[in-house]
Amino acid sequence: MNQVFRGYRRADGGAGARNTVAVIPSVFCANVVVEAVTRQVINTAGILHHQGCCQLKPDLDLVTACLIGIGRNPNVGAALIVSLGCEGVDAEEVAAGIRQSGKPAETVYIQKGGGTVRAIAQAVQTAQELSRQISAQPREDTDLSHCVMSIKCGASDATSGMASNCVIGYVADRLVDLGGTVIFGETTEFIGAEHILAGRAADPACAQAIYGIVADMEARANRVGVDMRRGQPTPGNIQGGLTTIEEKSLGAIVKSGSRPIQGVLRYEDSAAGKRGLWIKDTPGRELEILTGMAVAGSQCMLFSTGRGAPQGFPVMPVLKICGNPHTFAAMPADMDVNAGEIIEGKKSIEEVGEEVLRELIAVLSGKTTKCETIGYTNLVDFYTKGPVI
Amino acid sequence: MDIIVLQVNLKDNVATAFAEIAPSSTVKARDPQGRERPVEVKDAIPYGHKLALTGIPALSPVIKYGETIGRASQDISAGEHVHVHNTESCRGRGDWEGRA
Repeated sequence: MNQVFRGYRRADGGAGARNTVAVIPSVFCANVVVEAVTRQVINTAGILHHQGCCQLKPDLDLVTACLIGIGRNPNVGAALIVSLGCEGVDAEEVAAGIRQSGKPAETVYIQKGGGTVRAIAQAVQTAQELSRQISAQPREDTDLSHCVMSIKCGASDATSGMASNCVIGYVADRLVDLGGTVIFGETTEFIGAEHILAGRAADPACAQAIYGIVADMEARANRVGVDMRRGQPTPGNIQGGLTTIEEKSLGAIVKSGSRPIQGVLRYEDSAAGKRGLWIKDTPGRELEILTGMAVAGSQCMLFSTGRGAPQGFPVMPVLKICGNPHTFAAMPADMDVNAGEIIEGKKSIEEVGEEVLRELIAVLSGKTTKCETIGYTNLVDFYTKGPVI
Repeated sequence: MDIIVLQVNLKDNVATAFAEIAPSSTVKARDPQGRERPVEVKDAIPYGHKLALTGIPALSPVIKYGETIGRASQDISAGEHVHVHNTESCRGRGDWEGRA
């Protein structure tokens, strides 16, 4: 088994599976400029989002930390921050935070730069320079222990907990044993299964943190005064045979494998320097968890699905592992690996797990995933908790 | 060929179907040790859905993966479809907040 991938070495010790210029609006008002840049300049990816202004300080701090985290993701070779100029997030703070990792980060301002059209011209030119500057960097042999793999399940059905999540659990254990990092989230989908996760905590503080984030998530939902069902599990989950949040959770945690859980990261935290299996406190919705995992520094996500989840992220390849053989046959352009053969009794969890590990190494080394290839990569948003004001 | 439904854990009182099952048919429930036993199925069971392996009285736990996934909201008899019409969650119940 090849335990090396071909990655882009970063000054801060990370290793990228991609080498992209991230074009990051500090506020949603700069999205139009970012879109123009990404249409014009090759090897750029826009981080289009809806935050950055008219929010309270904790949320503005969280958005700032997340934008820095995305810029510092090992898959990003350089960053361009586009600002309107009057927003709550400080674009210079974002650029400075990214530069601390040793990669170039530039800023362009719409108001100071003479308006939208001139800002587009300036941003295109700056992005062109950054794109050419990083384009000569070669890939190098990189030990798989540099891999920060995130894992998620979405559009789940009854096959998820019995096939595709089992496969991801197998790969998670393999990667942890090889010295790598695995992060899972979806705190909502710990409800009813938190005692099992807490039993795998490396120390009592971690166990307490697991119970704490689940209690907070459940209390937030319960304050609305309705049954969580339809929010979680979703109507699609219910059609697929999942009856309660507890059932969904018990199937969802299978993807975390069996190794000890080292600790709980906050939504805006980086996983730099962390080894082994970690939890990140996120909701289950794709926008927020994909973003949170890219913020952590994950170079690749394994995403399990039963009903057929097509989503991806701009700078983090997402590999779809499908547990339902009918869905795999129905959505061949969205699903990367067929774990449905486990349900059909044709392959073992280990066989499909080894197949996924080989595919993960290929993707880390440059092979594109299906959603990445067709540009279904726009799932960006931050898990803010306060009001828009 | 016999239709197989899967019991994930020996403690489970439900099994999952990975085929469409017609009402009033007989299927084989396979436990995690590979042992099979016949179950008379009463309802139509869609792909991926559950059926009761035993009677489950109202308010008793419904068990899958060896863990409680909720409770019966009415009496469920062996072979019945187990889903949102007869099983409710005990978590995330904001609608229960403030109740004695």
